[in-house]
Amino acid sequence: MPKPMIDDATLDEVCVVALAEAFRGDGELLCNPMGPVPVIAGRLARASFEPDLMLTDTIAFAIEGNLALGGDPSAAVIEAYLPFRSVFDQAWSGKRHVVMGASQMDQYGNQNFAAIGPYQRPKAQLLGLRGAPGNLINHATTYWIPNQARAFSATVDVVSAPGYDRIAQLPEASRRHFEIRRVVTDLGAYDFETEDHRMRVRSLHPGVTLEQAQEASAFELAVTGDVGESRLPSDEELRLIREVFDPDGVRKAEFR
Amino acid sequence: MTDKRMTEDEVIGELHSGMTLGIGGWGSRRKPMSLVRAILRSDLSDLDIVSYGGPDVGILCAAGKVRKLTYGFVSLDSIPLEPHFRLARQAGAIDVSELDEGAFYLGLMAAAHRVPFYPTRAGLGTAMMSENPDLKTVKSPYDDGEELVAVPGFQMDAVILHMNRADAKGNGQFLGPDLYFDDLFAMAGDKTFMSAEQIVPTEQFLSEGSVHTLRIPRSHVDGVVHAPQGAHFTECPPDYQRDEAFQSEYAATARDPDAWEQFREDWLELESHDDYVAKLSERRRNAKAND
Repeated sequence: MPKPMIDDATLDEVCVVALAEAFRGDGELLCNPMGPVPVIAGRLARASFEPDLMLTDTIAFAIEGNLALGGDPSAAVIEAYLPFRSVFDQAWSGKRHVVMGASQMDQYGNQNFAAIGPYQRPKAQLLGLRGAPGNLINHATTYWIPNQARAFSATVDVVSAPGYDRIAQLPEASRRHFEIRRVVTDLGAYDFETEDHRMRVRSLHPGVTLEQAQEASAFELAVTGDVGESRLPSDEELRLIREVFDPDGVRKAEFR
Repeated sequence: MTDKRMTEDEVIGELHSGMTLGIGGWGSRRKPMSLVRAILRSDLSDLDIVSYGGPDVGILCAAGKVRKLTYGFVSLDSIPLEPHFRLARQAGAIDVSELDEGAFYLGLMAAAHRVPFYPTRAGLGTAMMSENPDLKTVKSPYDDGEELVAVPGFQMDAVILHMNRADAKGNGQFLGPDLYFDDLFAMAGDKTFMSAEQIVPTEQFLSEGSVHTLRIPRSHVDGVVHAPQGAHFTECPPDYQRDEAFQSEYAATARDPDAWEQFREDWLELESHDDYVAKLSERRRNAKAND
């Protein structure tokens, strides 16, 4: 269970807010998070500071309003029909920002959730490539990694989504829509806003030191200037997370 | 008008070992499971399967029916990793061609439209390119000159899919939230066999759904199979949701070869789909009695 932090906010709630912050400035993009913490984060971003976001019910519709996690989507107002085919169309059109996970990630943001070990005969088959190759090359992507120490690796076994070094080898036309907006972990928030696009510490969650974050990474984390602290949820954000979006506390299971 | 109704076993008579077979649906959603089970009890082997995979892929892999798999993903949805597919991959038991989910859609569309490929950026810089040595790129003939992945059309000797409603002529109707890519599968298959929850008179279609649900035209369908509960244990809304308890039992058999053999005997190799439906009703009666 996440330990309570300052002002009663727990780690899971700080992570939700850090992920929600990744959507700031997105306007009318389709926010397509997967898994409990990212879904809550997307809904929180729209309810608090990014009101024009489009959100899915995770089935086939874009919906209005503040749907709870696992809530009955038939109670929500449908504003657009987005079957899987349209989601691909939407992705390729660029009007989308997705949140994905990562079993491994290296310092340039190369991501693997496909398989561990050699691809042709993996030691552990995981999710596979899924939509990762198409997402990264078409629109903004943010990663949610609840266990940084396990995931931050020197190299990845399979590249399911490309990082900045691999993208740099492609022609300009292929590169232009690529953006890893943010990586949020149980320890902090990271971006790639360095000259050579190596992963940089953007903020650390309350109580986490730079040494701890570095220790939980197989590669060197870039640091520029003073590293700030991830912001705490406002009272209203806390209320929304706890009472509206996730009254059953499903989000906390991701930290076990 | 041609009456295209046939049984599962008659469909099997139209298939042959070594062929490329497309399977409609998505993950553990509206999969033609009565036809998949008919393949299991047949002597068909060495199949090349093309699928947005769910238990169709897992079951065929576990039964040793698959030579090669072309796929966008394989998942049971509520159970993210298909356990029998995982075993097959980890044993190196099948050849694979894994594509980005969206690139897979383009492979279906290219086949449906009879063009050699559709271009996309999806796959550049990833394992999709390095692990699919046959996959090529193409340079735009226009001023931009952009280099794109050329996703080849999936040549499919036959396709099987499941719909909520069909008529005897081969028109199909989906009533759930998503058609997935079944219209493209139907067009892309050299032969397409469609099972359905109900076979209805054509004039009855619009009593259950709008014209927008009539997405499988009969010119792409060669055979229609009446298969109530034909997608079980995958979901087939609004007719029924996924049978999660049953799916969990299926998934658990991947941990124990004896349990798999037992499950296969109990559920996957019954003589007919009617027997399956009868056994399922009995299971539900027993579950209710034990409540």
